[in-house]
Amino acid sequence: MTESFANQPWLSFITFAPLVGALFIIAARMVARKNDDGSIAADDLGTVERNARIIALVFTSATFLLSLGAYALYDTSIAGYQLVEQFPWIGGGISYKMGVDGISILFVLLTTFFMPICILASWNSIKSRVADYMIAFLILETLMIGVFCALDLFLFYFFFEGSLIPMFLIIGVWGSKGTKEFAGVMMPSRIYASLKFFLYTLLGSLFMLIAMAWMYAQAGTTDIPALQNFDFPHGAQKWLWVAFFASFAVKMPMWPVHTWLPDAHVQAPTAGSVVLAAILLKMGGYGFLRFSLPMFPLASADFAPFVFALSVIAIIYTSLVALAQEDIKKLIAYSSVAHMGFVTMGIFTGTEQGIDGALFQMLSHGFISGALFLCVGVVYDRMHTREIAAYGGLVHRMPLYAFLFLFFTMGNVGLPGTSGFVGEILTMTGAFKLNSWIAFFAAFGVILSAAYALRLYRAVMYGKLEKESLMTITDVNTRELAMLGVLMAFALFLGFNPGPALHVFSPAVDLLIENYNAALIAGGVN
Amino acid sequence: MGLLETLSFARPELALAIGAMALLITGVFLGDKAASKISISAVLLLAVAGVLVFVSPGGGATTSLFDGAFRIDAFSTFCKVLIYGAAAFAILMSDRYLAGEKLGRFEYPVLIVLAAFGMSLMVSATDLISLYMGVETQSLALYILAAFNRDSRRSTEAGLKYFVLGALSSCLLLYGASLVYGFTGSTVFTEIAKAAAVNQNNAGLVIGLVFMISGLAFKVSAAPFHMWTPDVYEGSPTPVTAFFAAAPKLAAMALFTRVLMSSFPGVVEDWRPVIALIALASMMVGAFSAIAQTNIKRLMAYSSIGHMGYALIGLAAGSASGVSSVLIYMAIYIVMTVGTFAVILMMRRRGGMTENISDLSGLSRTNMPMALILTVLLFSLAGVPPTAGFFGKWYVFLAAVDQGLIWLAVAGVVASAVSAFYYLRIIWFMWFDEPTPAFERDHGPALGLAAWGSAALMFPVLTIGMGYLRQIAETAAASLF
Repeated sequence: MTESFANQPWLSFITFAPLVGALFIIAARMVARKNDDGSIAADDLGTVERNARIIALVFTSATFLLSLGAYALYDTSIAGYQLVEQFPWIGGGISYKMGVDGISILFVLLTTFFMPICILASWNSIKSRVADYMIAFLILETLMIGVFCALDLFLFYFFFEGSLIPMFLIIGVWGSKGTKEFAGVMMPSRIYASLKFFLYTLLGSLFMLIAMAWMYAQAGTTDIPALQNFDFPHGAQKWLWVAFFASFAVKMPMWPVHTWLPDAHVQAPTAGSVVLAAILLKMGGYGFLRFSLPMFPLASADFAPFVFALSVIAIIYTSLVALAQEDIKKLIAYSSVAHMGFVTMGIFTGTEQGIDGALFQMLSHGFISGALFLCVGVVYDRMHTREIAAYGGLVHRMPLYAFLFLFFTMGNVGLPGTSGFVGEILTMTGAFKLNSWIAFFAAFGVILSAAYALRLYRAVMYGKLEKESLMTITDVNTRELAMLGVLMAFALFLGFNPGPALHVFSPAVDLLIENYNAALIAGGVN
Repeated sequence: MGLLETLSFARPELALAIGAMALLITGVFLGDKAASKISISAVLLLAVAGVLVFVSPGGGATTSLFDGAFRIDAFSTFCKVLIYGAAAFAILMSDRYLAGEKLGRFEYPVLIVLAAFGMSLMVSATDLISLYMGVETQSLALYILAAFNRDSRRSTEAGLKYFVLGALSSCLLLYGASLVYGFTGSTVFTEIAKAAAVNQNNAGLVIGLVFMISGLAFKVSAAPFHMWTPDVYEGSPTPVTAFFAAAPKLAAMALFTRVLMSSFPGVVEDWRPVIALIALASMMVGAFSAIAQTNIKRLMAYSSIGHMGYALIGLAAGSASGVSSVLIYMAIYIVMTVGTFAVILMMRRRGGMTENISDLSGLSRTNMPMALILTVLLFSLAGVPPTAGFFGKWYVFLAAVDQGLIWLAVAGVVASAVSAFYYLRIIWFMWFDEPTPAFERDHGPALGLAAWGSAALMFPVLTIGMGYLRQIAETAAASLF
């Protein structure tokens, strides 16, 4: 009984559950009465929208519960892939293969955890085309879970690039107003941002496609465990590494290919920003850990100094850029780039602390920056502006909000006691072991992050409440409090007690490092 | 084999040829009133031919007929089924358009059947003479179809342009064929292959080959022989354009593949750089020239030039996996092209057709199903997963990388990133912009079937069932070797 229970394709259930929800909303949309021009009749519109919200919430919550169930079946003491399922797909060594290890299960949980929050965050703030919005989000969730569960490189790419489509539509359709001049033409800035997001990421990942084709031609399969055990020649590894790097560095994003991120973040609706920060960016880091390090260990060691240089530049340069921002979302977006700098630095140290720290930093950044974008959404829903200058003295009208915002700001800075601290200290320890100068420069990022975060906080919260429009602003409501409260609980819990998370991924990380070092010794490096 | 027995193998072609004559005679007697009945009969005729492809006396085994001039194998079967299907849809999709433009004449379906007959000869041709017969039969029918709206300046211009340039390309092909014959002493592909393998680096043979490649590149509208495409696409009546973009491309590409793989397999190194350069040029022309287009038919013309470039990557690989990637690519290309043109034919407002991309603005608000279909098709044209277009790209890049043509694959991805821009531009018009007046919703069952069917094939049917298409294409490719 238990055997057959555990042998069900749980990961597929989790992956495709949101898609089923999307189909329900599509059905609800289809049965609604229509006007002559095909749009939903005004009588039914409210019902369809309410149902769409409820269906989306039910299905994302159910997916989260399913993923908790899968986690219960997952044995954290084993390092290898678990809950593996494999079905024939297009043949010739390419199959539909899913499975999770200690690294990916946490990202799956992070994704399924965040989606109900995103739906809640969009509950009232999305007013037009609600059903379409919910469909896009549910499809996006399916694709994101698929990225983290795929145990076949081709399948991974399939989900990885597929996730561009719903995000492109979310930014472009429900993005904010405003225009921008591009190539001499005025165009809405949300369209500019969505195109930039799509084309940047597409070009990056297409190079990975070529590398993938080459690997498949050599190894005859795209099975990830098989490729991880395949010895690519040192010279070829370099090219493959660069191709994969092109894809993941854009996704991460690393300096200097990060410029799509501030645009996308600023234009996306709140929930879109949350998904972008909490989950989509993590695909880059996940890719480095799943592919670059295990499949091209020699090239990873060769290029590590290059990655360190980019990471340190990202940490310092984007922190400085964040200092100069006028837009709250843009500031947080740049701070994300800086924080991802710690992640790439940690990953390519190839040490236990470094990689543990990088993973932890990704989780923690998910919670904290996700929460920060939600916080911005709270005031944006009320005031419809993200200009820092438009605010000031909010603490007088919104004390609870000020408290929550302060907590997440401090978490972003990496204050001990929040999860942000653990990730930064671990990655820096890892880097320090390798080269103290890297850690030295990276530490500047911590100071600078305090500078821009406190500047933001002071400008928005403190001072006299002078602006006419802010006089009637209301504090967070129960829905917002619930979302932010849960995230705060997680950030605090992981800050004081990082053990449970480390415990889940450390067997997988240990195995990764063991194989990495063995490959370096076999390859004559070190 | 006696004549009757030989002919019994060529049942689909016989059915088409005799059927087309019969329809023509009936049409002459009954006049244009019977146009719709003749259309239906033509579709049925194509369906019968499609069934006859499988009901072969040889039981599907590879058979060579007419002293090696005509060959029935898995490769020709694969192509014929697609060609007949695309031709049938070209007829079905035309009814409302032709009636609306007062072009409802009975010659239209007959010409399409004749073109399909020519293409059928092309994909089975294994001799320079039967090759030329097939090419000319289809081309003559296509020239007339381009000028079918004879009262329209643009349509007659398109027909004339197509004819003059098409005749030129036929000359190139013929001249090349004569050189090849002169230097190898045979018109049969297998004999040419033997002679070419012996006479390595024979300048005359290589020149003949290059002439033939030029002629064929014109037929698939690959750069730098692509100039006619945008004008002909724009000027021809839209259902004709839909036909041009699908079936003849496949037939010409199949012929191209067979000529190179069957007659010149030993000299791959001689022709690979030529094909690779044509592929590169086509992809770049397709990617960059389409950006500035505002007319959706012109845009589709440049897009098809680009797509021929990708398919030629597979041909440049010159391997069995390369040929199967060409077939997979072309099959997917045909389906999405037919679907896209079905949507273009739905762009009708107050009785008039519109062709501007900006007419699609806000389509997702005024006509969600149409916007959804076109979105799936455009992402498929752009080659973005989870649509089938992605698999097409994957297989051609795979074949190229496998043969060491990494530079060509890299050029291919750069071109697809650039071309993603103009597909996305249409999507942004449909989803992000303010609505324009809605299109008429009454477009008939055929267009709906073509649009829904092709979108469903692109996602999710082929996404899940790609393995089957791959197997069929691999069997078809294997029959060439």
